[in-house]
Amino acid sequence: MPEVVLAVDGVRKSFGGVHAVDGVSVALERGEIRALIGPNGAGKSTFFDILTGQLRADAGAVVFRGERISGLPPHAIWRRGISRTFQITATFGTLTVLENVQVARLSATGRSLELLRSAGHQEVGRSAELLAQVGLLEQADRLAGVLAYGDLKKLELAIALANDPALLLLDEPTAGMAPAERGALMALTAAIARERDLTVLFTEHDMDVVFSTADRVMVLHQGRVIADGTPAAVRADRQVQAVYLGDDL
Amino acid sequence: MSPSLLLIQGLSGLAHAMVLFLIASGLSLIFGVTRIVNFAHGSFYMLAAYLTYSFAAALPLGPASFYVAVVAAALATGLVGLVIEVGLLRRVYRAPELYQLLLTFALVLVIADVVRLGWGTENKTGPTAPGLAGSVRIAGQLFATYDLALIVLGPVVALVLWWLFYRTRWGVLIRAATQDREMVAVLGVDQARLFTSVFVLGSCLAGLGGALQVPRQALTNVMDTTIITEAFVVVVVGGMGSVPGAFLAAILIGVIDAFGVLLLPKASLVMIFVVMAVVLIARPWGLLGRPEAQARSAGGSVTAEARAIVPAPLVLALVAALVVVPPFLPRFHVLVLSEILIFALFAGSLHLLMGTGGMVSFGHAATFGLGAYGAALLLERARLPMLVAFALAPVVAAAGAALYGYFCVRLSSIYFAMLTLAFAQIAYAIVHQWYDVTGGDNGLLGVWPPRWLASPVRYYYLALVACAGGLALLAVIGRAPFGLTLRAARDHARRAEAVGIDVRRHQWAAFVVAGFFGGLAGAAFAFLKGSVFPNYLAVPMSVEPLVMVLLGGVQAFAGAAVGAAIYKVLDTVVTWYTDYWQLVIGLILVTLVVAFPRGVLGVLAERRRA
Repeated sequence: MPEVVLAVDGVRKSFGGVHAVDGVSVALERGEIRALIGPNGAGKSTFFDILTGQLRADAGAVVFRGERISGLPPHAIWRRGISRTFQITATFGTLTVLENVQVARLSATGRSLELLRSAGHQEVGRSAELLAQVGLLEQADRLAGVLAYGDLKKLELAIALANDPALLLLDEPTAGMAPAERGALMALTAAIARERDLTVLFTEHDMDVVFSTADRVMVLHQGRVIADGTPAAVRADRQVQAVYLGDDL
Repeated sequence: MSPSLLLIQGLSGLAHAMVLFLIASGLSLIFGVTRIVNFAHGSFYMLAAYLTYSFAAALPLGPASFYVAVVAAALATGLVGLVIEVGLLRRVYRAPELYQLLLTFALVLVIADVVRLGWGTENKTGPTAPGLAGSVRIAGQLFATYDLALIVLGPVVALVLWWLFYRTRWGVLIRAATQDREMVAVLGVDQARLFTSVFVLGSCLAGLGGALQVPRQALTNVMDTTIITEAFVVVVVGGMGSVPGAFLAAILIGVIDAFGVLLLPKASLVMIFVVMAVVLIARPWGLLGRPEAQARSAGGSVTAEARAIVPAPLVLALVAALVVVPPFLPRFHVLVLSEILIFALFAGSLHLLMGTGGMVSFGHAATFGLGAYGAALLLERARLPMLVAFALAPVVAAAGAALYGYFCVRLSSIYFAMLTLAFAQIAYAIVHQWYDVTGGDNGLLGVWPPRWLASPVRYYYLALVACAGGLALLAVIGRAPFGLTLRAARDHARRAEAVGIDVRRHQWAAFVVAGFFGGLAGAAFAFLKGSVFPNYLAVPMSVEPLVMVLLGGVQAFAGAAVGAAIYKVLDTVVTWYTDYWQLVIGLILVTLVVAFPRGVLGVLAERRRA
């Protein structure tokens, strides 16, 4: 039986009276690439925030590689091997591209409280390798704050890979990019994931990207999972079609 | 104590609370909409009080003169606010928030000296309010009629403000802007006009507060600084931007103040800061404040473009000059140079928090004072040798910083700044009141180095080793993994958490390190002056390094030293030539902020790039 990397059981979160995530259960198997789709406001980002500790769930449990991680702070969850990117790109604007990755590497290797050795020469090789993997090496010395949007997305990916995660959560990894770029970035991500035996969960609005990349697709609507299966099965699902085409159920 | 006396005390606290509310509501409004922390708000209050005094004397209207003077002074203060907003603040809205702070601080200096120039330094007694001059009997005790009138007026003003905010389109815009400024801008509201109108209204409220205070107290040159700290406490306790919060907090603070004087006169100085610290620890956004809408752009006050680095040969040449030249300088110059070094280190230690960590502390004087008192007490009470006391003092300061830093790092932005201020004020009050140990306001004297070190030049070299060494270490720390991690956390705390960085833990560590070096500077200063006084922990001592860091440029670590040198030299030279040094320095600061809105080094770096 394939190893279950992430098991989510009945997770709920409401804001005021709105049930953003309303009892979601899911199991991710090692090495799979799963897409999480759904209309705006379906609860995708909230769900991600719960998995990575940015939000605390009202109920339910998140178990990662056999350990219950719900309630842990984000930095502790990252240390256990879950890494993420944000829907609105989040990088360190006044640091260079290389430093962005270095800082994550220094954190991964437990050296971020070191006071007296210059950071300049630490983790350079490994960081440069990650940058080369996402195709940003030529820009290593530029400040992240001046990068083009697509490059920021790549930088985030490099940062997210810095701790050799077992599970990668990508929140709209290609949003705001040109269509050609999108396919390329997702192909790159998928290649990296296969090579490292990474499990990936990503949200995405571009259906071409979703159906060409994902092994499985799950659909969130109003905080609930309404479909979960192979791309072909989900595409054929009447309820999913209704949600996306706006038909009454 | 009789119940009637308590009642009277409570009522007079309430009267004070109403004046406090007027000032604090204006301050809160201005912050809520423009995000400007207006240090000059207390200066507006003082200016209005003096204007009322002069208007009332000049107007030929008999008993009505006073009341007309009050309104005229409030409006005139609004006009001053208008000129300042349009003429100065508008130029710096796009600059990092901290430079706006520096600008309003410069205005404090300018207005303080304008008042001294216009009305002299002697206390003035203003007119009483005609018709309300007597007192009434309440529960057998006499109570000033005027205070009673204030207690009525306060809620009336609060109601008028409520009507403005909830019943006019302008009010809707203000509330929206307080919640989410960027959104209002996107909706096509004329921001410039909104900001100006809010600033003018806020200034009028400060003016009204000052004018109404005239019959209650003698006019002095220090009215501005006493009220501004109290007003900030009220605003923060109530929640920045919340007028109902300001009303509630003003009553809380006013009444606590009144009873504090009665019950614990020794602790009266510190009571309101203890209250503020407790409120902020329990409610990080004040009583009625709300968390700010999440900032959309990362990077905070530090911009990506300007990263100034001073070339190494220049630093070496400077150090060489600092080693070689002093024996040939006159005694006085050597002393000034020692002081510059000490303040360069002090500002450098603050830079680690402010620049590298993005945490603006209003209470960094605490570390300086703890270092200075630590050194003095270890020398005089523990009888340790001077060099040992010198070496241990920074540890004392670091321990203190660890204690209060633990609470401070749980807050953000202005609440963080105010909590640091609260802890500094608490430390100040302890030093000020604990006569048996600290000597109270007499300070501790005879804190001299041993004879072989006592000459100005010899002590200078010790200061050089300590301060240049400290600065060098701080520079190393800034470039070490720790410094890089702090900068990352400053740029984007959420991202930092999402790469395994425990942001609070690192910020706390930054507090301890900054406390250590701030304490080292304080210890060096104690032995330079041969004495320590409570004012080493007072507000101006927190503001000075802040100004230095901003003056030099918050982006570059070297900016702290550059700023310290510029500020100290200016201070020394200007004080030499004129009594009105605040005016001169204030005007220079205003000019510098408008000309160099990113600090001297920041602008130089941009020039070089262009």
